[in-house]
Amino acid sequence: MPSLPSFPTVLNTAAAVRSGTRSALDVLDEHLARVTECETEIHAFNLVLADEARAAAAALDARIAAGDDPGPLAGVPIALKDNMCTQGIPTTCSSRILEGWRPPYTATAVDKVVAAGAIPIGKTNLDEFAMGSSTENSAFGPTRNPLDPSRVPGGSSGGSAAAVAAGFAPVSLGSDTGGSIRQPAALCGLVGVKPTYGLVSRYGLIAFASSLDQIGPFTHTVADSAAVLEVLAGHDPMDSTSIPQPPPSLTSVLDRGVDGLRIGRITDLPAGADADVTARVEAAFVALEKAGATIVDVTVPAFGYGLTAYYLVAPAEASSNLSRYDGVRFGMRVTAGTTAEMMAVTRTAGFGEEVKRRIMLGTYALSAGYYDAYYGKALKIRRMISDDFSRAYERCDVLITPASPTVAFEFGSKGDNPIAMYLCDTYTIPTNLAGHPGMSVPYGTGDHGLPVGVQILAPALGEQVMYQVAAELERSMA
Amino acid sequence: MTIYTTSDQDFVELSDGWELVVGLEVHVELATNTKLFSGSANRFGDEPNMNIDPVTLGLPGALPVLNRHAVELAMRVGLALNCTVQPSIFHRKNYFYPDLPKAYQISQYDQPLNIDGYLALPGGKLIGIERAHMEEDTGKSTHIGGAGGRIHGADHSLIDFNRAGVPLVEIVSRPDIRTAEEARQYVTELRGILLAIDASDAKMEEGSMRVDANVSVHRAGEPFGTRCEIKNVNSVRSLGRAIDYEARRQIDMRNAGEPILQQTRHWDENDGRTHTLRTKEDADDYRYFPEPDLVPIVPSPEWIASIRDALPLLPGARRLRLAAASGAAADAESVMVVVEREQDDYVLAVGAAGGDVARALVHVKEAYAEQGSSPAVPAVDLAGLTQLEVSGKLTATQAKQVLAELVANGGGDAAAIAAVRGFEAIDSSSLEPMVDAAIAAQPDAWAKFVAGDAKAVGAIVGAVMKASKGKADGKAVSAIVEARKAAAS
Repeated sequence: MPSLPSFPTVLNTAAAVRSGTRSALDVLDEHLARVTECETEIHAFNLVLADEARAAAAALDARIAAGDDPGPLAGVPIALKDNMCTQGIPTTCSSRILEGWRPPYTATAVDKVVAAGAIPIGKTNLDEFAMGSSTENSAFGPTRNPLDPSRVPGGSSGGSAAAVAAGFAPVSLGSDTGGSIRQPAALCGLVGVKPTYGLVSRYGLIAFASSLDQIGPFTHTVADSAAVLEVLAGHDPMDSTSIPQPPPSLTSVLDRGVDGLRIGRITDLPAGADADVTARVEAAFVALEKAGATIVDVTVPAFGYGLTAYYLVAPAEASSNLSRYDGVRFGMRVTAGTTAEMMAVTRTAGFGEEVKRRIMLGTYALSAGYYDAYYGKALKIRRMISDDFSRAYERCDVLITPASPTVAFEFGSKGDNPIAMYLCDTYTIPTNLAGHPGMSVPYGTGDHGLPVGVQILAPALGEQVMYQVAAELERSMA
Repeated sequence: MTIYTTSDQDFVELSDGWELVVGLEVHVELATNTKLFSGSANRFGDEPNMNIDPVTLGLPGALPVLNRHAVELAMRVGLALNCTVQPSIFHRKNYFYPDLPKAYQISQYDQPLNIDGYLALPGGKLIGIERAHMEEDTGKSTHIGGAGGRIHGADHSLIDFNRAGVPLVEIVSRPDIRTAEEARQYVTELRGILLAIDASDAKMEEGSMRVDANVSVHRAGEPFGTRCEIKNVNSVRSLGRAIDYEARRQIDMRNAGEPILQQTRHWDENDGRTHTLRTKEDADDYRYFPEPDLVPIVPSPEWIASIRDALPLLPGARRLRLAAASGAAADAESVMVVVEREQDDYVLAVGAAGGDVARALVHVKEAYAEQGSSPAVPAVDLAGLTQLEVSGKLTATQAKQVLAELVANGGGDAAAIAAVRGFEAIDSSSLEPMVDAAIAAQPDAWAKFVAGDAKAVGAIVGAVMKASKGKADGKAVSAIVEARKAAAS
């Protein structure tokens, strides 16, 4: 079984820095040493911010020396998916089209973790524009899974997952449009959370599919995850889709247990998960029942249509969101005779194959004469999925499924078959379409000793009960 | 092909039973402090690219946040045009163009804010309003080195994003307009309404009000013809010219047996013609879909009611009010002009101060062009002047002179001015000897007049006016002359 040393947690690190037991600079140097040791092989980062991070850590230490409390993430190194804007620091989406662009502003989520004392340590690799499930679609080369470098870390937030799994940082931020946090968390043995749509601001998150994208954390533990999400969550006037109400308390619910909770098992869940994965999901049901929960059979009939609807809705939005990369105002420009030609050759040179495939798909789905048959129908399925979830949640508090149908797979194993890759997100996608929260919690290992993630799904703003169950699963593994 | 030139005549008569159908799409920039979706200033005339930010430039990761004041102004426009305000959403209209930063325009599509209204032309005809929806403006391109400022053939282009994201309302009329004159009246009336409700400065020359005209022709009794959309019309006068030209062009083609193709056409002010910009086949597929970065606008009935209640009296109602106060003598053109200048409250104040409203109306129209909505002359002073006229103490000519002095001095006592100028009234008892003297002095003219030549009276009246040094009231003189004629025959 692949194994890595035990790394420091967010909570332990912040506690040590806040109490003055350790300096932020010391903590940072320890993590940068890990980066130096392993990054060449792993390639978690597009950019390591060693100098910036050292300056920030020194400043933070000075504040602590002066009696300040920098906040709940004091001195915690954090890795940021490279689709979150950082002022003055290149932000690439792992795409050539953004070559040379430095955002003039910082994403709200990044501002929040920094304001809570976290130290950005680098920008992490991803599938180009977050389109993929293995981080093989990066224009800057793939990221390797720290648990087995012959395998993928998952994606699209593969760099963020690998950074935490490799011990480069106790926490990282990813974004999840159809499973891009939960699937790599499962493949790297981490806790990964996709919050309720609108709980975390999207301002400064470079859009893939605006109605689905949501930022969330990767951590080693459920308690770390709760602490970071408490910092991230909350209304942002800069994001109109941000929920205008105070964020829920999460760290306070972790000890509640699951006694009396109803755990839903989806009886008509689409098949396709490997036996080693389903075995761990069954073990999770057993553990939760043992801890006092009731297992309830429910159906979510439209669950199986999620993948189809997603591959119309997400590319449609992406085709529009990615139109702004036209060579006019920022990023790459390939010169040509006319403006229209310049736009065409720039986009042809700047985007990778998968991005082009989805732009084509989305453009087609929105075209006159096809809208009703494709995009319009996908929106109907989206409503059906949401309605089906609502009915299921009348009978249970959370749902449990696999996060990924398989453990981490080998590079190139999906070949040139995009559909095979898309199937990685079968169990994660419906939640994005409904706007509900979901998380992957590591729950033992499957084939090759690789980690398996169990997915917990909850209704909109059901983060408290979701974390309650996650904490119980974590305890049952101890 | 016949080449037409259009004159400034008000209305081109269509021949051979052809009928004209026009619908107008009017884009209006709303008078907000900031842009529709960001905090940058909404201000015309600044140095290029001063009023920009990540949202305006469509930078990656930036998100739109709806300007509440813009929504209020848009609702004001809708309510002033008798529209129903309904829950609405934004869509994305996707197309590539260098001055469209996101490569999509956030606009409203099948669920616009305002629907089903109308605008009443001054003569009373109602023009239907299909919708008045919100959208963001684009940036502005300047093409350098090409012919006629067009992108084709240009060496390079400059883009100013100050205008990008400025809030617009697009007001779409139904095809209810039948003449170029009605189109002009519609735009003029719409502009008056927009100014009255402070929704926009509505300056066509600065582009804060832009008019596109959909024009078609058909023979009476037949279905509407294929329409062409005319763009680049930059004044009310050009609108009339462009519609007239386009109608004649289409009729000429139809008469020649050629089909009208659905086109967008560009009005050229210099040659007075429209030119093909693009045909329907080249039209972009805009791939509209609901804007996922924004939430629906669902105005509460209370919000709508509060905006409706706060609407000022609109020009049409103000004209009716002024005409009613002026009585049967109200002059329609003066009413139009005075309301357009927002001087109607002043005229009514003259009436309230005991003046004659009908006379005040004409005086204000004639002499107050530079006075604005708060004239310097106190209403009570103008009231004094009209009182002197009504009581016959001043002739029309004298009144004009007194009025000019009132305006020049910013007010004054009309009676005192009249006295200083020696405009003491000449009563009829002293006029009668003057009339008799004039008759005696011109026996030929008198004989002709008595014999029925009405024009001959001019010589008699003229002589009296001369003898009185202009102080005689022409009407009073005529009355005496008529009395003498009746006695003589």
